[in-house]
Amino acid sequence: MSYLDNILFAILLVIGFGYFYTNVKKIIRNINLGTDVNRSDNPKARGTNMAMIALGQSKMVKRPIAGALHIIVYVGFVIINIELLEIIIDGLFGTHRVFAFLGTTYDVLIASFEILALLVLVAVISFWIRRNIIKLKRFANPDLTGAPKNDANYILYFEVVLMTLFLLMNASDLHLQNVPGGFSHFIKAGSFPISQFIEPLFNGMSNELVMLLSEIFWWLHITGILIFMNYLYFSKHLHILLAFPNTYFANLNPQGQFDNLESVTKEVKLMMDPNADPFAAAPVDENAVPSKFGASDVQDLNWVQLLNAYTCTECGRCTSSCPANITGKKLSPRKIMMDTRDRMEEVGKNIDANKGIFIPDNKTLLNDYITPEELWACTSCNACVEECPVNISPLSIIMDMRRYLVMEQSAAPMPINAMMTNIENNGAPWQYNQQDRLNWKNE
Amino acid sequence: MAEMLAQGKQPEVLFWVGCAGSFDDRAKKITKAFVRILNRANVSFAVLGTEESCTGDPAKRAGNEFLFQMQAMMNIEVLNAYEAKKIVTACPHCFNTLKNEYPELGGKYEVVHHTEFLKSLLDDGRLTIEGGQFKGKRITFHDPCYLGRANNVYEAPRDLILKLDAELVEMKRSKANGLCCGAGGAQMFKDAEPGNKEINVERTEDALETKPEIIAAGCPFCNTMMTDGIKNKEKEGEVKVMDIAELIANAQDL
Repeated sequence: MSYLDNILFAILLVIGFGYFYTNVKKIIRNINLGTDVNRSDNPKARGTNMAMIALGQSKMVKRPIAGALHIIVYVGFVIINIELLEIIIDGLFGTHRVFAFLGTTYDVLIASFEILALLVLVAVISFWIRRNIIKLKRFANPDLTGAPKNDANYILYFEVVLMTLFLLMNASDLHLQNVPGGFSHFIKAGSFPISQFIEPLFNGMSNELVMLLSEIFWWLHITGILIFMNYLYFSKHLHILLAFPNTYFANLNPQGQFDNLESVTKEVKLMMDPNADPFAAAPVDENAVPSKFGASDVQDLNWVQLLNAYTCTECGRCTSSCPANITGKKLSPRKIMMDTRDRMEEVGKNIDANKGIFIPDNKTLLNDYITPEELWACTSCNACVEECPVNISPLSIIMDMRRYLVMEQSAAPMPINAMMTNIENNGAPWQYNQQDRLNWKNE
Repeated sequence: MAEMLAQGKQPEVLFWVGCAGSFDDRAKKITKAFVRILNRANVSFAVLGTEESCTGDPAKRAGNEFLFQMQAMMNIEVLNAYEAKKIVTACPHCFNTLKNEYPELGGKYEVVHHTEFLKSLLDDGRLTIEGGQFKGKRITFHDPCYLGRANNVYEAPRDLILKLDAELVEMKRSKANGLCCGAGGAQMFKDAEPGNKEINVERTEDALETKPEIIAAGCPFCNTMMTDGIKNKEKEGEVKVMDIAELIANAQDL
């Protein structure tokens, strides 16, 4: 190898990781568009959640087939990436199979990479069949037409190509290792339970050609990995990284407990305080921002809700368990998450284009992305929250948007207004006299 | 409650009846059944009567945090004035709100659902249940969202059904995977959005698949929704919808 290769490789790495870094910064900037919410309490329970749910995939296996296939791809991805370390060292320093000195351990490692690569191929092809041939309902849902559908398939194609290149790379290497008397730098190293069956493909080719092919496979493989890494930001595949912080920062309270709006508490306390002077001028606070109740756009949501949106991998378990969606209503919890992310990206691009300042674009998450009809179809049953394999809460976004509709716009459906009027007037959602509350006793 | 306090007594438990339990004709039967059991078990309890008001749950789920907090603070003032310690309610919505959402506003009580309370009476030997008329009957239990998923109470109602020597049959979607009856999130008070089916009909089909004689419920709203679903399927003659408290009261001929 000439130094040119090493320099080229270093440049490739710098570009790959550099571009990825700029996009990671964008993700963090966009998540920080959200309001503050304190999720630093109880680190132990949070750590356990992350270990069980993200690392341990405990919620994935609720659906056994998808869960098992996913675990294969997940374990394969994590383990095979150990090989990446060797590839990077080899590429930077012009070595070849630098870890070969590990001997038997190396054989075991390479063998397990190979078996996992094959299993990943099988799993990924099964995923493709589930999406495109069997057309499982949650993948054939209207939320996923167009770009999201293609995105999902591109990811699967990427994985097929990467695993195939990995096996071809090994097969060509093995072929050259087996040249009687040895060939060039291809030392005998590794055990190849899968690629030994691909190796005969190279029979009849000259050793030089196989070596060229081997190098091409090697370069395509690492380039493919870097491209895939950079594709993450533009796809639903960010979950492989964000599932960890997302499960860590997820809500720990009982699912039935909806958050308390502090700003409202202040007002209500003032209203109920008999000593409060109703005509007193509000204390002037220079820095006070008039608080807005509920959310109409991404900036009104909290940062965990925005992190949720980036983490969502659009699997649709939420939507497939949503009673409103099951019965044909427009609401789809997955779409709530996808819309939130799309709007957040739009706001982010607006900020990038305007030198760091958001210029109002006459659009909001509410109405332009999510309609009131979707929001009012929710029964707040928590099925979507329960289902999500990475603890995303579409419900919290739905509730915050309902709050905006009701408290800022007084735009509740008529019967809901009637119900609320009844509670105000007679302390019950129906028109019954408060004095009749105990009548059941004598009936 | 006021009477008890006047006599200088503090009840063992405050029974939060809830709006449905106070006003809805069907739910009032559940209230009375539960009271009969409490009396049988010699539980000293009190109700707030006309001093009780909506917990604010439907307002909160509809997005009206103002109205919710107004209701919550009024109720908390009353509850704190009576020094309420332990509250039992037959409505999972009241249960969830009192238990989870009142503490932050200053109302801290031990709150239990009536199925949990009945289970504890049983465990303490204060109540005995015999199968009675429900022996061998096929009963399926519909998990209320605000009892199950919202608060992880799945076993207490099932334990009680099993005590009746009944055959408990599970729906394909049950416990954490249970399907909502369609009433939560203030849906009870409005028409459903356009779709191709009513949620309660979908859920009733789940229940009917188990070929039950009785659909057991633990929530007055689920009860209404499932009863309507059964009517929609014209099965009123064959399948009854009953609250767990009614099952127990009837088994004891109370």
